[in-house]
Amino acid sequence: MNNDIYVLIEHVRGQIADISYIMLAQANQLAPSTGGKVIALLLGQGAQGLASDLAADRVAYIDHPALAEFTGEATQRVLADILARETPRLVLMGDTTIGSDVAGMLSARLNLPLVSACRAIRVEAGCLAFTSQTCGGKMMADGVLPTGTTLVLMVPGAFKPDQGRAAKAPAVETLAAPDLGGLRVSLKQYNEPASEDVDITREAILVGVGRGIQREDNLELAQELAEALGGVVCATRPVVDQNWLPTTRLVGKSGKTVKPKVYIALGISGAPEHSESITGSEMIIAVNTDAAAPIFDMAKYGTTIDLLDLLPVLSEKVRQAKSG
Amino acid sequence: MKIAVPVQFVPDLVEELIVDAQGNRLDPYAIRWILNEFDDHAIEQAVILKEKGGADITVIAPDFEGADDALFAAAAKGADHLVKITADYDGGINAHALARLFAPILDGLKPDIILTGVQAHSSLDGSAGALLAETLGLPYVGYVSGIDAAGGKATVRKEYPGGLTAILDVTLPAVFGIQAAETPPRYVPITKVRQAMKTNQIDEESQDLDLSGGLEPARMYPPEVGQRAAMLEGDIDDVAEKIAAILSDQGIL
Amino acid sequence: MEGMNPLALPSEMGEAAIAILGDSRLRGCIQCGTCSGVCPFGFLMDYPPVRMISAVRSDTFQRVLTSDAIWMCVACSACTTSCPTQIPLTENLMTRTKEELILAGSVPAELQSALENSQRYGNPLGESPRKRTDWLRGIDAMVPVMGKDTRQADVLWFVGDYASYHTRVQPGTRTFAMLLNRLGVNFAILGQEENSDGDSQRLAGERGLFELLAEKNGRAFRKYKFHEIITTDPHAYNALKNEYPKLGISYPVRHYSEFLAGMLDQIRPMLRREVKARVAFHDPCYLGRINDIYDPPRALLQAIPGLTLLEMPHFRKTSLCCGGGGGGMWLDGFSWEKAHIRLSEWRVQEAVQVGADILAIACPYEAPRFEDATKTVKKAEHLLVRDICELLSDAMEAVV
Repeated sequence: MNNDIYVLIEHVRGQIADISYIMLAQANQLAPSTGGKVIALLLGQGAQGLASDLAADRVAYIDHPALAEFTGEATQRVLADILARETPRLVLMGDTTIGSDVAGMLSARLNLPLVSACRAIRVEAGCLAFTSQTCGGKMMADGVLPTGTTLVLMVPGAFKPDQGRAAKAPAVETLAAPDLGGLRVSLKQYNEPASEDVDITREAILVGVGRGIQREDNLELAQELAEALGGVVCATRPVVDQNWLPTTRLVGKSGKTVKPKVYIALGISGAPEHSESITGSEMIIAVNTDAAAPIFDMAKYGTTIDLLDLLPVLSEKVRQAKSG
Repeated sequence: MKIAVPVQFVPDLVEELIVDAQGNRLDPYAIRWILNEFDDHAIEQAVILKEKGGADITVIAPDFEGADDALFAAAAKGADHLVKITADYDGGINAHALARLFAPILDGLKPDIILTGVQAHSSLDGSAGALLAETLGLPYVGYVSGIDAAGGKATVRKEYPGGLTAILDVTLPAVFGIQAAETPPRYVPITKVRQAMKTNQIDEESQDLDLSGGLEPARMYPPEVGQRAAMLEGDIDDVAEKIAAILSDQGIL
Repeated sequence: MEGMNPLALPSEMGEAAIAILGDSRLRGCIQCGTCSGVCPFGFLMDYPPVRMISAVRSDTFQRVLTSDAIWMCVACSACTTSCPTQIPLTENLMTRTKEELILAGSVPAELQSALENSQRYGNPLGESPRKRTDWLRGIDAMVPVMGKDTRQADVLWFVGDYASYHTRVQPGTRTFAMLLNRLGVNFAILGQEENSDGDSQRLAGERGLFELLAEKNGRAFRKYKFHEIITTDPHAYNALKNEYPKLGISYPVRHYSEFLAGMLDQIRPMLRREVKARVAFHDPCYLGRINDIYDPPRALLQAIPGLTLLEMPHFRKTSLCCGGGGGGMWLDGFSWEKAHIRLSEWRVQEAVQVGADILAIACPYEAPRFEDATKTVKKAEHLLVRDICELLSDAMEAVV
């Protein structure tokens, strides 16, 4: 076994996901202790250009038409081929709608241990220790990674994406793709999100609604506040699943990551699938009747007053302050 | 079309989570098990497919407390066959173990489509569906929120980061990790569940549990609340005033 | 049935639809429309009771089933009470229709959560059953719990969901506990073994759920010895008195106002402090109109020195529903969307109109509903909402 750390680079439609840079930062922090190199795995078709700012010792690039768009099956086959020859210390993948598919398949195929929802890996007493989150963010789990090649699915933790970006382009080594015939999964088309809708990733003021909004008609109250503030309403998964807001407004693991100046979280518990996508907010104000909700661990200010009671009064005060 | 829905149970977060005396797992006596929400969606999606074009649905659950109720509720919604797996669960459960429990049953059943919740909040070793698919040698697509199937092929909608979704073609048989059913899980009236209890049987299978592949934590603990929010006190009016003042300070107003 | 023959006799029409609804008493309807006139939301329903019956007769009931107006019904029984041919409209028409809708899978999302919570957690609020006795924390009273502290008592106090869990109702619950102590009543509660009485779930159309909850409570009751059940919740009172016996669960039961009124001789000398206020009493639907209990609450209020009891224009049998019954507690957003008024506001307006300082209540649904209304109704900011037992406690000297 070598001591290298592999990082699977996630990219969709020419955009590299932040989690890829975060994982590179984590890998770079560990590599000196494992005594290996950080190798970014970049799969695609004509995608070499994406390697330019990856903070890795080198990039292993695999080019193939079947890799033009991500499918778990094709990616998994390529990685399995590489891992049949190489035995790195760790393979880091994003705990996302991309990485999570791949890691599970690889673990079963190659009989490699898998740890998910991992926020951080560190060296402790000569071992690699991990911290993962579980139970909707209400519990943390610490443990020791086994000594063989281990797959780790990572979520954003202490590292910021900038820490994984390189000023100088790394060396790129092109590897031959394995046989990718007989694939059973193929991407037909992307669904463009409604283009007339706002881009919440560009908004400075966001009013986020979660399950606590209870009913579709209560959204009106949130819209009023957003309007009064000159911001926009966004939502967590349950709200979007009910079709109360379009998916373009979804903030979370399978939605968008936002970095507003102010994020007002209404009736949002703060479970990781959502909270990991708002950590970039300058300030979070949380409204939730459950004093133990995890959202209060990341908000700057909070209140347990019922949002349905608070909103009309708050909107009015905002309007007054703006006009007065 | 044959559909199988393997499901699992997770700790109900309405109840307080208590770490056991050894400090490395949840106290099993304090846990109240609830059907994994994403598996509830998987059952719903199976029923939707049945309503769209006919299907024979088998729901498979490990024998946790409440398994019978969950299975009969699934039958009341439209599941045709119910299977419960008994094993020694005292040492805990993980995604790898679940995949191994389900695999032999699915091998025998040979369904066209396997639907299972894409994730479980208590998992520390990834998605049972992905592990299961590879064990069975079947293709896997996770984070699926819509399915149409006909003639040995499925067309699914998969979620990508950033709110993007894509349509994928998949040759069957295949495993899909369900993120959300096309419509939210329906309500099932108690009278229908009771009827289901009279007209349905739960088949039991016994198996050994193999937890390898997942890791046992050394320590579990609630997250540190070092930087907890400053809670605003007062009545509705007071709090609204305070928030307005905070926003004003931030230059928002 | 093809076509509609408006000249055919009522008894010949809509046999099929009547059979579906299973009640031939609907045939006695003379289509006077009184039911829909007194219905607090009748003006908003596209199918108020009178039109529902004519739809049954003309075999067009399917249209009713596709309308969602039925969910505006708060099971207040104003219609039932005023029907000249005495058709039991609330239960046999309104609730029965809701049952059909639920069986067909058409359930408003808010209501679905309340029903699922009731089944899983034994209360519609979705709180852990282990927290059902959290209201006891820090209480300055002895509250024995059956099974834990004792296996028998003179009186079993059935506390109820909102009284146990809702932060606005818990203070009243604690006050009642202290009152029972001061009166030396030998009582106990079921604690975490208590499940929702299920009455509002029943009226919202989930009969199966009601039976499940009743069976659980019945099993708990059977384990212990007591002479009667008292309850601070008129919905629980209605269930225990009128519905549980049909399932073989039968105990003497009184609403707490009856229980305390029976102890007035003992209570009166304890009421030493004046409560100088003009107090309007709101007759809860499930105590008053449906169970004919109007005087005991008034007797208690009138025993309080300094208190002036007022009647509002709608009182006793004509009392205005707070909007919480029949599932209304869990369809607030739904009915707001349709009505843009809340029944509780109407009631609070009346209290203001008669010059009341305090609106006295005797049902746990009412505290949060009326208090919310005092914030939105003009000139109601000063109006206090107090449970009768809180007023009685106010009138007693503090225990040293």
